[in-house]
Amino acid sequence: MVKYAIKRVLLMIFTLFVIMTMCFVLIKLLPLPAIKEMGKDINIILMRREQMGYGKPIPVQYALFLKSVITQWDWGVGEQMYETLDVWGVLMQKLPYTITVNLYSILIAIPIGLAFGIYAALKKNKWQDHVISTAVMIFISVPSYVYAFLVQYFLCFKAGLFPITIPSAQDASLFSIKMFISMMPAILSLGFGVIAGLTRYTRAELSEVLTGDYMLLARTKGLTKAQATARHAMRNAMVVILPMIIGEFIGIISGSLIIEQIFAIPGVGSLYISSINLRDYNFFMALTFFYTFIGLFSGICMDISYGFIDPRIRMGGKK
Amino acid sequence: MQNNEYINIPKEKFEFAGHGEKIYDKKLDTKPIGYFKDAWIRFRKNKSSVIAAWIIIILVIFAIIVPLFSPYTVTDRDGYYKTVLPKNELLAPLGIWDGTSMKSDTKAGYLYYSSIGVESGFDAVVSEPKIVTDTQGNDSYKFKVDSYNMVGYVFLNLTYDEFIALQKYQDENQVQVIYPMPDTYKTNYTIGNAGANFWYKLKNDKANSTGEPALDKDGNYVPNYITSSNKERGDYTSTMRIEGDNGEGGDWYVYSVKNQTGYKVRVLYREYYIYKNGHEPLFLFGTNAYGQDIFTCLAAGARLSFLLAIFVSVINLTIGAVYGSIEGYYGGATDIIMERISDILASVPFIVVVTLFKLHLAEKVGTLPSLLFAFVMTGWVGMASRVRLQFYRFKGHEYILAARTLGAKDGRLMFKHIFPNSIGTIITGAVLTIPGVIFSESSLSYLGIINLETSALTSVGTMLSQGQGYLQTYPHIILFPALFISLLEISFNLFGNGLRDAFNPSLRGVEE
Repeated sequence: MVKYAIKRVLLMIFTLFVIMTMCFVLIKLLPLPAIKEMGKDINIILMRREQMGYGKPIPVQYALFLKSVITQWDWGVGEQMYETLDVWGVLMQKLPYTITVNLYSILIAIPIGLAFGIYAALKKNKWQDHVISTAVMIFISVPSYVYAFLVQYFLCFKAGLFPITIPSAQDASLFSIKMFISMMPAILSLGFGVIAGLTRYTRAELSEVLTGDYMLLARTKGLTKAQATARHAMRNAMVVILPMIIGEFIGIISGSLIIEQIFAIPGVGSLYISSINLRDYNFFMALTFFYTFIGLFSGICMDISYGFIDPRIRMGGKK
Repeated sequence: MQNNEYINIPKEKFEFAGHGEKIYDKKLDTKPIGYFKDAWIRFRKNKSSVIAAWIIIILVIFAIIVPLFSPYTVTDRDGYYKTVLPKNELLAPLGIWDGTSMKSDTKAGYLYYSSIGVESGFDAVVSEPKIVTDTQGNDSYKFKVDSYNMVGYVFLNLTYDEFIALQKYQDENQVQVIYPMPDTYKTNYTIGNAGANFWYKLKNDKANSTGEPALDKDGNYVPNYITSSNKERGDYTSTMRIEGDNGEGGDWYVYSVKNQTGYKVRVLYREYYIYKNGHEPLFLFGTNAYGQDIFTCLAAGARLSFLLAIFVSVINLTIGAVYGSIEGYYGGATDIIMERISDILASVPFIVVVTLFKLHLAEKVGTLPSLLFAFVMTGWVGMASRVRLQFYRFKGHEYILAARTLGAKDGRLMFKHIFPNSIGTIITGAVLTIPGVIFSESSLSYLGIINLETSALTSVGTMLSQGQGYLQTYPHIILFPALFISLLEISFNLFGNGLRDAFNPSLRGVEE
């Protein structure tokens, strides 16, 4: 198990390194945009560029870049946006917004998704199941931005339940009620898809588990249907469902670009989009690293969690 | 004991049956069921998938046919019919889908809108107003407006030839296009199409006028046209004259004013539109903020999305099939190295790939090809892993060994013997790529990372992002593209599910 985990982590570092190298070279092949004139700041940025080997061959630049990242975790400073501010510092400032919105939506979605899934599995092939399955089919297919439009139009504009944009950090702290309410549209838009996905998974897994022989045994030894489902069936179904939930939890860190854009959430997604539009390559590199890392890391966590949840599964074991 | 009688049958009683005839295998009466036929039988049973397939076909036909036959094109941008609401001629008499909306305005606003109908006969206000008085004693008028007639009149500068041609059209068709010039035409009003709609006496005729009329004792508008004793002043020779223009007291209304470049005239925009375009202004899905017909744009955008998706799907399929076959067939070190490469490619976030391609290629080869490259760059990985899996499943089978013993080369074994086993998964994968590509394209366009919009091109994502700013005021701009993409995604998912089940031979004969 430990050996498998170490192997996966090393592989991840290798993959990450290759991707970052490719990105670095591709970015350095592009002309660096001129720095906007704005008083004394320009000298700081120019100095930093010089420090990072501006104008030298790309391998030299890459060595300097790696050195500064590995030894000081220094990703450079903003050149076209957040000028002279530390790139990683800005990213860390934005991160709480992204995490909060996604965390709320997952925390709301998980119980609902599980409940629907269990209900549908128990009522399999009855009308309740058909209704839920059809709804899941629709909700899983419709893109999240369509929910965002619907929520924004009906709940924000027509009913006026929620404000359209979220307040700034000065007006409301991240975990205040006010912030929660203003994040509600984004939370809802994100939630529909998660609920539908979880419902589908739970239903599929549970309905398969429910037909197992041990379920019959559990009933014959005197457990009620509810007891048998909760104690035996759910535990086995969770082997598949839990890694999915873990994956979702790690995925929340990278958030949803499009939902952040629609609801003007000052998170990582909007930072990424502005870094592309303004061509700030320091931010771009840092965010590329961030997104790639999250993607790889969640994959590892999901795979390893199988082994933790279900002792029968030996990860990396020989056949 | 009856049987005993037959024990001793004399030899000569025996005869050869069918002696002297050749015996052939009897031809099978039933038709053989091949792989695809088998899949088709199973697919047909899945009603929701069949319906989904029909919806997809209809959407594809919509995307192909509409741009060909629509009177509008993507390049048509009408400066006045902007954000016009959807109107359907068939349903309009029922009061739905008729291009009207409720409007809440001040009294001045109400009178301004109703004045358009009074002069032209095309009512902009189509319902009686509901007057609500708030606590401060301000009246608020609620009424239904027709977004097509709200435009009213516009001032145009025509050359002599254009002016004459327009008059000729008027006389031939007996329609009033040119209307008399108001006395205030020189004032540059900020509203009412630069004052073209202010044909009546205003309470305040300064440039900042709200358009509130100065009504007469009976509550009627007082016309405020320029008059002249010369009936044909401004070279207006047409016989068409508006009601009330009868030369009473020797004064005729003036229909045009000569200026340095030609003639300034005031036209009823609706009639002028028909004159210019040859058809009535009627937008089934309304128009967007640039005055483009949403119906046509959506079809054109859908066509672009479909084309892109099919291209991507075919290219991914080809690369993935070849790559996956080699991986799966040779296995060992080849497999490990190739798998690492595809692993790394699959780990790059798609958005990063798109951005890099955009930054590097978009200016050189255009946005669309760079997007295509980006989709292909990482898209084939999934297909390759599916094919690889099938190869691992089948390459150890006895029939492969038999073929190899008979001297079949690697290429033949791979593509003739093993590959056909993965056709089902490949087709399903290729079909399911299409909605994925369309969804990604729309998201990326929406985010502004890619911009497929040019004067003659649009995409569904572009339309969504255009509509976002008008979500509160004109939700129809975003409604139709969003509806289209939702319908498409639902149908493709259902269709894909049906296809997957159909190509799964283990489900043969399983009822529900």
